[in-house]
Amino acid sequence: MADTEKKEKTPRQPMPEQPPKVRAKNFDEVPLGLSPEAAVAEASRCIQCKSPACVEGCPVRVDIPGFIRLVKDNDFTGAISKIWERNGLPAVCGRVCPQEAQCEGKCILGKKGDPVAIGNLERFAADHERANRKAPVPERAPATGKKVAVVGSGPSGLTVAGDLLLKGHDVTIFEAFHRPGGVLVYGIPEFRLPKEIVFSEVDGLETLGGKVETNVVVGRSVTVDELFEQGYDAVFLGVGAGLPMFLNVPGENFAGVFSANEYLTRTNLMKAYRFPEYDTPVIRGKNVVTVGGGNVAMDAARTALRLGAENSYIVYRRSKTELPARAAEVHHAEEEGVQFKLLTNPTQFFGDDNGRVIGMEALQMELGEPDASGRRRPVEIKGSEFRIDCDLVIIAIGAGANPLLTQSTEGLELNKWGYVVADEKTGKTTRKGVWAGGDIVTGSATVILAMGAGRVAADSIHDYLTIGW
Amino acid sequence: MFKIVKRQEMAQGTVVLNEIEAPLIAAKAKPGQFVILKANETGERIPLTMADTDPEKGTITIIFMIVGKSTALFATLKEGDAYMDVIGPLGAPTHIEKLGKVICVGGGTGVAVLHPITRALKEAGNHVFCVIGARNKDLLILEEQMKAASSDLRVCTDDGSYGHHGFVTDVLKSILTENNDIKLVVAIGPVPMMKACSNLTKEFGVKTMVSLNPIMVDGTGMCGGCRVSVGGETKFACVDGPEFDGHQVDFDELALRLRAYTADEKESHACFLNKAKQG
Ligand SMILES: Cc1cc2nc3c(=O)[nH]c(=O)nc-3n(C[C@H](O)[C@H](O)[C@H](O)COP(=O)(O)OP(=O)(O)OC[C@H]3O[C@@H](n4cnc5c(N)ncnc54)[C@H](O)[C@@H]3O)c2cc1C
Ligand SMILES: Cc1cc2nc3c(=O)[nH]c(=O)nc-3n(C[C@H](O)[C@H](O)[C@H](O)COP(=O)(O)OP(=O)(O)OC[C@H]3O[C@@H](n4cnc5c(N)ncnc54)[C@H](O)[C@@H]3O)c2cc1C
Ligand code: SF4
Ligand code: SF4
Ligand code: FES
Repeated sequence: MADTEKKEKTPRQPMPEQPPKVRAKNFDEVPLGLSPEAAVAEASRCIQCKSPACVEGCPVRVDIPGFIRLVKDNDFTGAISKIWERNGLPAVCGRVCPQEAQCEGKCILGKKGDPVAIGNLERFAADHERANRKAPVPERAPATGKKVAVVGSGPSGLTVAGDLLLKGHDVTIFEAFHRPGGVLVYGIPEFRLPKEIVFSEVDGLETLGGKVETNVVVGRSVTVDELFEQGYDAVFLGVGAGLPMFLNVPGENFAGVFSANEYLTRTNLMKAYRFPEYDTPVIRGKNVVTVGGGNVAMDAARTALRLGAENSYIVYRRSKTELPARAAEVHHAEEEGVQFKLLTNPTQFFGDDNGRVIGMEALQMELGEPDASGRRRPVEIKGSEFRIDCDLVIIAIGAGANPLLTQSTEGLELNKWGYVVADEKTGKTTRKGVWAGGDIVTGSATVILAMGAGRVAADSIHDYLTIGW
Repeated sequence: MFKIVKRQEMAQGTVVLNEIEAPLIAAKAKPGQFVILKANETGERIPLTMADTDPEKGTITIIFMIVGKSTALFATLKEGDAYMDVIGPLGAPTHIEKLGKVICVGGGTGVAVLHPITRALKEAGNHVFCVIGARNKDLLILEEQMKAASSDLRVCTDDGSYGHHGFVTDVLKSILTENNDIKLVVAIGPVPMMKACSNLTKEFGVKTMVSLNPIMVDGTGMCGGCRVSVGGETKFACVDGPEFDGHQVDFDELALRLRAYTADEKESHACFLNKAKQG
């Protein structure tokens, strides 16, 4: 017990960060990473629970005390190998998992003080390995001669590909965009997840013998049926939830009103933040409204600041406690000067004679009875309309199921929202030889859940290829 | 990489044709579909309709007008050079069926987009009237090809330097007046031209298809940047179109949305010309 108390008193090692005023003007990563000394100090806070609650909070069950002990013992290479047993993208997860709702949310130290900084340690181990390349690369099983097509190169597709390559199958990833990585590349900004990290993961797959075919829109360039005709034995669909939602209020088609997908794709994937060195432009607003309260909204509002906004507002219809974004993102956004207009619901947009947005009308809301999600439902306050002047609006209220692939594929059962129906334990769809996982099954979720679904599907595909459906 | 096997200039060098090696796309493409091209690492994703395809040779043909930075950059690519990325075929193919008499109207580079549709309509057994126009004789493109693809070709120029002196709408009107059994009009060209044609055919009560060219990014329904209002509903031109019922389209909104980046486009183009000057 005495030991426990002592460890609780060691403070959580702070993550060094770029100062808010400085970073709000650049696209470099915000957290700078723990030093080896800080990582060891942080690792020694973990009391190595016999039945660790943190592991239960992790959707892919990383052996958290196991890798943390290795960090504490200065065996950083051992630590990354330990993490890799369960998680192929630790440099990504350490940065973007909602740790407070998962591993760290369950950590026993969190009961009385700050939980162990599991995410920061995971990131540390992964970054250390990327810089030093010491860990033995996992060995590939002998070639099986079976061919698998993975559609989509987001976290679910990358996981399926990695797992199946190791099991000796021949894997080709087909990606619609000109760059692989899914949301990790086109959606999540550079200042939160440097793209070089994602590309190095993809390089790793290619080193293992995986093939990546970019510029292939499955459903248009080639259909799932044709993939089977070309000799693929199994197909995994990890196409994400790529359909932007709009508010459906008047004035939403004025120039200067973007979906978050468009705004972030222009800025991240197409590098509009380096215009005119890169050719793709994006509108740089002075007064920017982002509608929504999730990670996507925080990313958009913070991007707008970096592109020169004087005022960047988050407009969200519920209150602060209901904001679905990671706690760290809300905190970072506030520090950088993003202004929160909570309990606010847009009702229309105004434009000038050139069809450009110049303002938004919104209603004030109050919280009423809990709704189906258990959260208190926002209700309009009659007559509370007010106006915000703005020259750029980003709609970040979620994504739906993009029908492009599913409509061109026979035998796939979809649910009433258009998502693919897949068995939770195997990832099997209603069509033989076809698996699905990630956001196209669950709706917009998280990186780690998409990876978890990828792992489940990879196991099932392997069984199919070696035993049968 | 997607190699350019043939390059040709048209309309006094203001329009360029590229035949590009893209066997997978060539094998699948249907009339009315487009591709998105990106020339190099720093390039923009630009949508262009396939004016022709040759599945046997494994090539597609694009014809574009030089209007800004990206098309100017494309125009510098020579035979043997390559595009870094070509994605497609995208968009819904044109619905081709035997209707009887139809009219295809094309203005400017819209003629390039119209070409495969015209040919397919004729091959399906339709009597295809075709009207193509340009500002003057020198800017007219694909006259020979359109003649071969249609049953009855009429040409007009705004300044009267060739063919009928006047707008394509004048000729469209006379064909509609002379033939009361036109089943379909397909109008493709600059936004004001498509709007004028649609207004005219509405008076005659003839169904009209137009092909819209909003600004696009992904071309797969993911970003919503290409949204257009059709019959009061928002549609994504890259997946729901690019062809729509001209009587339902809000052309004024489209014209305004096309101007969203005018200042940036000028800056980008000026930068490019500057660099080109410096060698
Ligand atoms: C801006 C933003 C911020 C986010 N922040 C976080 C965060 O901080 N933490 C977190 O855990 N989660 C976050 N998420 C959610 C997370 O990124 C997603 O849940 C996750 O990426 C889903 O993975 P996926 O593999 O299902 O698909 P995606 O990552 O969506 O990838 C799908 C891929 O498939 C491709 N594709 C689609 N259709 C086709 C086709 N027909 N043919 C070929 N390829 C196709 C797409 O181009 C894409 O590359 C965020 C999402 C966004 C948009
Ligand atoms: C489905 C579709 C098919 C098309 N087919 C053809 C064709 O066959 N031949 C042809 O000459 N043109 C075609 N266009 C138009 C062509 O895409 C634009 O002319 C081109 O993008 C201009 O780029 P730029 O950088 O040279 O000019 P910019 O200076 O960037 O812009 C000039 C004009 O092009 C528009 N534009 C800019 N970027 C885009 C973009 N990413 N997508 C669409 N429009 C944009 C702008 O609104 C502006 O009016 C098509 C457009 C679409 C959507
Ligand atoms: S993968 Fe995510 S949830 Fe699991 S331990 Fe790592 S940061 Fe925590
Ligand atoms: S719950 Fe916390 S203290 Fe216990 S093993 Fe996990 S990280 Fe360590
Ligand atoms: S171009 Fe992005 S949705 Fe059409």
